Amino acid sequence: MLRAHEITVRYGRRTVLDRLSLTVEPGAVLGLGGPSGCGKSTLARVLAMMLKPSAGTLTVEGRQVRRWRQRAPRDLRTRVALLYQQPRLAVDPRLTLREIIAEPPAAAGRVDEAKTAALAEEVGLTADLLTRRPHEVSDGQLQRACLARALTLEPGYLICDEMTTMLDASTQALLVSVVNAYRNRTGAGVLAISHDRVLLDRWADARTDLDQLGFDRPAEPVHPAQLAQR
Amino acid sequence: MKLDVQGLTVSFRIPGATVRAVTDASFQVRPGRCLALVGESGCGKSVLAHALLGLLPGNAEVSGSAVLDGELDLVAAAPAVLAKKVRGRRVGLIPQSPATHLTPVRTARAQLEEASRELGSAQRADELAERFGLRAGDLDRYPHELSGGMAQRVANAIALAGDPGLLLADEPTSGLDRPLVDTSMAVLRELCDEGRAVLLITHDLRAAERVADDIAVMYASRLVEIGPAADVLNRPRHPYAAGLVDAQPDRAFTPIPGMPPELTRLPGGCAFAPRCGRASAACASVPPLRGAACHHPLWEDPRAASA
Repeated sequence: MLRAHEITVRYGRRTVLDRLSLTVEPGAVLGLGGPSGCGKSTLARVLAMMLKPSAGTLTVEGRQVRRWRQRAPRDLRTRVALLYQQPRLAVDPRLTLREIIAEPPAAAGRVDEAKTAALAEEVGLTADLLTRRPHEVSDGQLQRACLARALTLEPGYLICDEMTTMLDASTQALLVSVVNAYRNRTGAGVLAISHDRVLLDRWADARTDLDQLGFDRPAEPVHPAQLAQR
Repeated sequence: MKLDVQGLTVSFRIPGATVRAVTDASFQVRPGRCLALVGESGCGKSVLAHALLGLLPGNAEVSGSAVLDGELDLVAAAPAVLAKKVRGRRVGLIPQSPATHLTPVRTARAQLEEASRELGSAQRADELAERFGLRAGDLDRYPHELSGGMAQRVANAIALAGDPGLLLADEPTSGLDRPLVDTSMAVLRELCDEGRAVLLITHDLRAAERVADDIAVMYASRLVEIGPAADVLNRPRHPYAAGLVDAQPDRAFTPIPGMPPELTRLPGGCAFAPRCGRASAACASVPPLRGAACHHPLWEDPRAASA
């Protein structure tokens, strides 16, 4: 399992996550909700080893993570894949979609054309799209490529951080079905982060809210109720 | 303020191809009503909004008309007229991404004051801010110090500084969490109930449902269905609209098979036919928009039946 234990993250003096614990089980989809700005994406980055927490421990299948970001051991780092909300900010604009999908194995010098083609097909990208660069495709098509890229190294855990927030209902349903099929095939654990309760209720096996995890709210919480009263 | 759009068509010439972003769009937005234009990313809905504001790039070719209050055609108007008399004063834009819409190196207050001054607003920045749920102190922050919801409110305040009668809201909810989506839709509804005409452009059917009187569904540059919101959402007539409604997580949650065509290579006839289970030989010709632009609608037109 992927286990975060009493994770604390501070940006300067501001505590964004306060001793937060969370476990992603293999084979299950855990839904994580909470209002925008509450630290969901910060937690996602810690779980993917992209951000070193100020305190707390992260263990991947029993192994504690002691080095972070690019210094994390490769075999640990590739066990967890992260999908972002905005695919455009998550890709190199110079690469074609095919190169984007093949980026993780290419970085290790193991390009596998057949695997890239199979993944592209799984996410519904046709051959003519694979030769395009990001500015030539829609957000939905680019996010399909990002999902394929995330699955290339067969991660044991997939963190989907608002993966479908910018996308239409049909593309959302497709991406979720691809993630679920991958989970069923490989037994991977999924953390589905979204502020959309209706989506999490449909998608996740269990759902929790970040503000119910012993979390201290940041300096500037949003007050939708206040505005609604006006 | 009433907007009457007839046969609006926008295309872009790019090396080796023509992007047909909007094809023959006709609709009206009336005072006190909200029309939501829904469709997936890349279907042309944002281009349509930009055409109404005269903010298209130089390689755009526009035809058709978009007449404001029966007297000013936004398509034919000179850039100077759009800049000095229309944008901000008669047509307000609520932007897609408030955080990037704001200038990063100036405070919210400086930007709101500038809008207020340039547009000759009677309201001061503090008053505008308060109306949109911002504290005076929030205004002294820079855009990166604002949460998504607060940035949205600043953008709303700037859009309303010139008191425009028509509001274009281009994906105002992207990146907001669900309670904030509901709140910003409630604000939009209020602005609408004050007598403004609102055109909401969104991919979010649930957001549209909360605020829209009417819904237009856009697919591959064309409007494929338009009608009262409840009808479109509960008894969609066009197979694409039905697929979009059904794909929602509280409905069947099944994707529409296939992908939309490229706007550079739109098929002749109905652009949805290659993905449509109801397609037949008739679909080789473009169906006219009569409530739904479909040769084989799921429901017959209720108005035609009662006539």
